[in-house]
Amino acid sequence: MAKTEKQKRWHSISMPKQKPKDRIRNFNEVALGYTMEQAVAEAERCLQCPKPQCIQGCPVDLDIPAFIKEIKEKNFDAAIKKVKEKNSLPAICGRVCPQETQCQKFCIVGKKGDPLSIGRLERFIADYELQKGVTVPPRSNSPVSGKVAIVGSGPAGLTAAADLAKLGHEVVIFEALHTPGGVLMYGIPEFRLPKKTVQAEVDYVKKLGVDVKTDHMIGRLYTIDELFEREFDAVFIGTGAGLPRFMRIPGENLGGIYSANEFLIRVNLMKAYMFPEYDTPIRVGKKVAVIGGGNVAMDSARSALRLGAEEVWIVYRRSREELPARLEEVENAEEEGIKFKFLTTPVKFLGDETGWVTGMECIAMQLGEPDESGRRRPIPIEGSEFVMDVDTVIIAIGQTPNPIIQRTTKGLKTTKWGTIVVNDKTGKTTRKRVYAGGDVVSGAATVISAMGAGKKAARSIHRYLLRKKRLQQRKKS
Amino acid sequence: MYEVLEKLELAPKIKLIEIKAPEIAKKAKAGQFVILRMDEKGERIPLTLVEWNPEKGMITIIFQEVGVSTLKLGALEIGEVILDVAGPLGNPSDIENFGSVAVVCGGVGTAAAYPIAKALKEAGNKVISIVGARTEELLILEDEMKKISDEMFISTDDGSKGHKGFVSDVLKMLIEKGYHFDLAYAIGPPVMMRATANVTKSYSIKTIVSLNSIMVDGMGMCGACRVTVGGETKFACLDGPEFDAHIVNFDELIKRLRAYLSEEKQAIELYEKCGGCKCG
Repeated sequence: MAKTEKQKRWHSISMPKQKPKDRIRNFNEVALGYTMEQAVAEAERCLQCPKPQCIQGCPVDLDIPAFIKEIKEKNFDAAIKKVKEKNSLPAICGRVCPQETQCQKFCIVGKKGDPLSIGRLERFIADYELQKGVTVPPRSNSPVSGKVAIVGSGPAGLTAAADLAKLGHEVVIFEALHTPGGVLMYGIPEFRLPKKTVQAEVDYVKKLGVDVKTDHMIGRLYTIDELFEREFDAVFIGTGAGLPRFMRIPGENLGGIYSANEFLIRVNLMKAYMFPEYDTPIRVGKKVAVIGGGNVAMDSARSALRLGAEEVWIVYRRSREELPARLEEVENAEEEGIKFKFLTTPVKFLGDETGWVTGMECIAMQLGEPDESGRRRPIPIEGSEFVMDVDTVIIAIGQTPNPIIQRTTKGLKTTKWGTIVVNDKTGKTTRKRVYAGGDVVSGAATVISAMGAGKKAARSIHRYLLRKKRLQQRKKS
Repeated sequence: MYEVLEKLELAPKIKLIEIKAPEIAKKAKAGQFVILRMDEKGERIPLTLVEWNPEKGMITIIFQEVGVSTLKLGALEIGEVILDVAGPLGNPSDIENFGSVAVVCGGVGTAAAYPIAKALKEAGNKVISIVGARTEELLILEDEMKKISDEMFISTDDGSKGHKGFVSDVLKMLIEKGYHFDLAYAIGPPVMMRATANVTKSYSIKTIVSLNSIMVDGMGMCGACRVTVGGETKFACLDGPEFDAHIVNFDELIKRLRAYLSEEKQAIELYEKCGGCKCG
């Protein structure tokens, strides 16, 4: 039965996806994106609220109704221009932002039916431009050009760099790895965020005039103080949360046990899924256990499946309700045949005489009272130990910031978790002219919150440079 | 892009290359390493810095051709380039005047030991070096080590030069003869480092080893290089590469180093089958 116009309003247009049975055999992108017709039809669902609520859910203040209106009216060039006023990485955000807990959570249409698919529309319009050829806005002829060093080229660094470059500053990004993009390149898999998309958006930031220096690990090659000696006026630290956490239980250093970081770096950054055409190997056995329940755990599990594992388990110490991963990713994983073992945690890894993992001793958990995070605390059930036979384990229980810069920078205040302390409003650290944002401040969070932090710091840095210039002029006159 | 400026074969399958890397050359210190990536499809491999010249903007590395990456590196000619060289990485050696230091090294580990021995000598230490190899033709940096050592001893497994046996045996002999050591460095294959650590432990001589764990990023991100030291998990790239030899779990290290042997073999077979092009 055909839907009436009225009924249509409440149902979002679903996005085409690769079928599960096909996609578990390849690393190509799972979600295929809207066609032009689908995008326009979805945009037509927008109420164009006089007081739009969606914007408050966006860490980068995207003017959501305005760009959707342009899509609805098929003014695609105007739509992407609107998006790029606030967001330099829309093809990335359209794919990996948790819109359901941000903009879409506030959508008025969502009160009665499906909220507008803001993320899918953002992705559509960004891909439209990438396909057509990117327009680079003219550089501002700001008289306050300063020189800013950005440490790390992940979402926070790229955003801060793009905003500062647009304001007319000279910006240099220092990236420790051989490729810019940070977690977008090494962490998030190809099937969720194609690397050519990341490259295209990094290229856009470069076209804004940003100089990207790869193979430069700040803290080792240059300290923050040495950057100031190299005549930078300000430094932004956006080094992310790159240090993997381990369980600290017996047998954890057996072969076949990876941190999710190692597993994903081998697969995504080094393209181990194309070994031996590419030189970096990876070994995945028949039965894989992924410990943890976040997006990184889902990414690891789904990658393991694509690398030929017969059985992949997500082992999570709380229950389904507490899974921190995006619902969409949990559903994707389930469709692909990933199995879940809830209320379970390993207590010991078992290995053979060659030092390879053969199993893990687990204990069942029950949920107690809520802890500081507001989620119910898992409590081990005594005597419930059992052994799971596995030949590969991926530990995805979180990351903390890399400590090198913190160790080599005097006067930079950090927390007991190793994150950098900043002023919430400005992104200023306890060191003069040093700003920070993203996971290195918040601990592992989302791409978009890191971008929001990069934006905020860029604004503060710009204000600082303006002030500095004024002072200099006053001295001269 | 990092240009190869000089290339020498020191022994069969052991090569030295000098690379143009001015920023690294200015910052490098004894004990640090670089991560190299040959080309777009290449893996990231850690190699210890052997020498660096800030004036000429040049660094020196020595490596043994054991896998596809080192074979590719060894096949480079002067004037050709390496896609990525990141560094200096790892913590520099703690160099001060300790008194009398034994520098015990074996195989290609001698290349990693040389800059440390040199820095120790420059800091005023008495340096007694013990350099080993399987056989005479695999001995490297003999003259260089001799120049910076107060005394030098050589051992080969087959007795083709110097003492017949292991470097750890020579060290034990010296201690028994009455040599006094305030500190020992042991750098080489893990089995050799373990044997040396066992000797010095029984004489309570503080000993440092430089570990050559498998690494991917070399910057603290992957944890592939994790090693148990004093019952705690440490990252060789971030916390090391040097550790107290007496509390390193060498058995675990040796097992972890074997993780990818079959993949390495598969890659080499493919590489050799079609002369390095890997077209399959």
